Amino acid sequence: MLLVKFKDEVEEILSRYPVKRSALLPLLNLAQREEGFVSELAMRDIAKVLDLTPPQVFETVTFYTMFHLKPIGKFHLQVCKSLMCALVRSDELVTWISKKLNIGPGQTTVDGNFTLSVVECLGSCGTGPMMQVNDDYYEQLTEEKVGRVLDDLARVGECSLKSGPFMFPMPLAKS
Amino acid sequence: MAQYEKILLKNMEQPGYTGALGDYERTGGYQALRKVFTEMSPDQVIDEVKKSGLRGRGGAGFPAGVKWGFIPKDHPGPKYLCCNADESEPGTFKDRQLMERDPHQMLEGMAITCFAIGAETAYVYIRGEFRLGAKILEKAVQEANAAGYLGENVLGSGQTIKIHVHAGAGAYICGEETALLESLEGKRGMPRFKPPFPATHGLYQKPTVVNNVETMANIPHIINRGGEWFSGIGSPPKSCGTRIFCLSGHVKRPGNYEVPMGIPFRELIYDVGGGMRSDKPLKAFIPGGASAPFLTPDHLDVKMDFEAVAMAGSMLGSGGVTVMEEGTSMVWAALRLMEFFYHESCGKCTPCREGSSWLAQTLQRIWNRQGREGDLDLLAELCKNIAGRTVCAFGEAEVGPIQSTLKYFRHEYEALIQEAEASRPRSKEIPVMTQ
Repeated sequence: MLLVKFKDEVEEILSRYPVKRSALLPLLNLAQREEGFVSELAMRDIAKVLDLTPPQVFETVTFYTMFHLKPIGKFHLQVCKSLMCALVRSDELVTWISKKLNIGPGQTTVDGNFTLSVVECLGSCGTGPMMQVNDDYYEQLTEEKVGRVLDDLARVGECSLKSGPFMFPMPLAKS
Repeated sequence: MAQYEKILLKNMEQPGYTGALGDYERTGGYQALRKVFTEMSPDQVIDEVKKSGLRGRGGAGFPAGVKWGFIPKDHPGPKYLCCNADESEPGTFKDRQLMERDPHQMLEGMAITCFAIGAETAYVYIRGEFRLGAKILEKAVQEANAAGYLGENVLGSGQTIKIHVHAGAGAYICGEETALLESLEGKRGMPRFKPPFPATHGLYQKPTVVNNVETMANIPHIINRGGEWFSGIGSPPKSCGTRIFCLSGHVKRPGNYEVPMGIPFRELIYDVGGGMRSDKPLKAFIPGGASAPFLTPDHLDVKMDFEAVAMAGSMLGSGGVTVMEEGTSMVWAALRLMEFFYHESCGKCTPCREGSSWLAQTLQRIWNRQGREGDLDLLAELCKNIAGRTVCAFGEAEVGPIQSTLKYFRHEYEALIQEAEASRPRSKEIPVMTQ
């Protein structure tokens, strides 16, 4: 199904590797981007394309934390809790979000909009506390800032506070 | 404050520099690639990199030129280059900046490396969370293909160099080179036994070089300005060149700073990073990412090069320097890191898989004021039985924070355990559970 819909993209992915199985992660990423999670059907489809058995696909999927086997909220809020972020109050960030959305880590809001996860290091240690929402990073968050992010996402589906190409610290303007 | 010449961050810090191909070319980009294709042999390139003394910037610090030299020259069939952009070591965020702000710099380095080792295909293994970085890199690869710097006929030489961006899916261990290769082959990212090393049996069991993003980004500069120039920077002969240190934690100005290797930690933390963010003094710092044992204010004058930090009992690792102020509980800090390692242990080796959960639970117990007498011996015993008994270096990494905090801050552990013991019922009778 997926493979019919994205025929060109799948073929392009397959062309990158001399061994088919290498395309497994990219295809799973593609499936998840399309459906929001990795469905059993998608895993079976991918197995067929790559000449793998469904368990070979499944065992790989379960190793990687980014793949979801069940549907989650439209916006996946992932707050980094590792030491470097924790030193700059990432635990409070979790509390701010919990209070605002009325959900705890691992839970999804009733309207299906937000899922909150507490995750390990996202490679943004100098600009914590931070969270990733779907593809985007939001860094140096304060209670007010995260409130705005959540409001914007709920209202228009995006937020201008997301990070662009990373550079930190920004060079001082020469006078 | 001393000013140092920047090499890797120089371009991106110019106002208006976007990292697009045109910008990169204007600053002399792809001249090094042109130079190797017109004036140099692969052996000459490897010799130049050997001469430069460049050591891997991912964490282990293996000399890059030597690694390339291990690739068998007469090997029939494909060889591969993998650029390790997994950047998953807590405390490290330099590769993200190198990829998102100046992608062509590392791509040129990769193309030169492909030329040197005779590889036609290279993969950038980028961590799955870096969606923006992956998009920027993919676009840069397309630009370079169109301009003839990559593709099937590089600079008209007839040689093929193809670079593909391969996104991971959230596993710390895939930053370990053999786990990275497993993951790239579409399997669970579990490290392989070594030997054989990737240089002979790497990706698809073919000769493979795995290098970090920052290592790759240094290559064009070494070719342009010569290995001798590079080997004069920093702390020769063992730690040459600059290093991008990632400063995080309780400092005034966290961020990425490129300085020559060999400056003391004091200078990085107090001059470059502006010192502690509040008036509280420094209590401890991690010198090279989460895997590196903690150091104390007594170590502030240790030089930031591979050897000096190793002599001090830690490691320079990935260059992530995390600073903690007075008032931070070291038991809590060790617990946070241990929770990370517990979560990320791949599960292949029993000592690490079981040990990490045991360590995490014991630390949790101590931190929750439920520690027992004998817990510290238990921690030490567990650490001893994990380090050195696993396939990869994860085993050493996970015990580092615990062993070092036990060494320097044992009294904090003891105080928590005493508190727990004092609050326990003193009666020798077995408490009767009632409904």
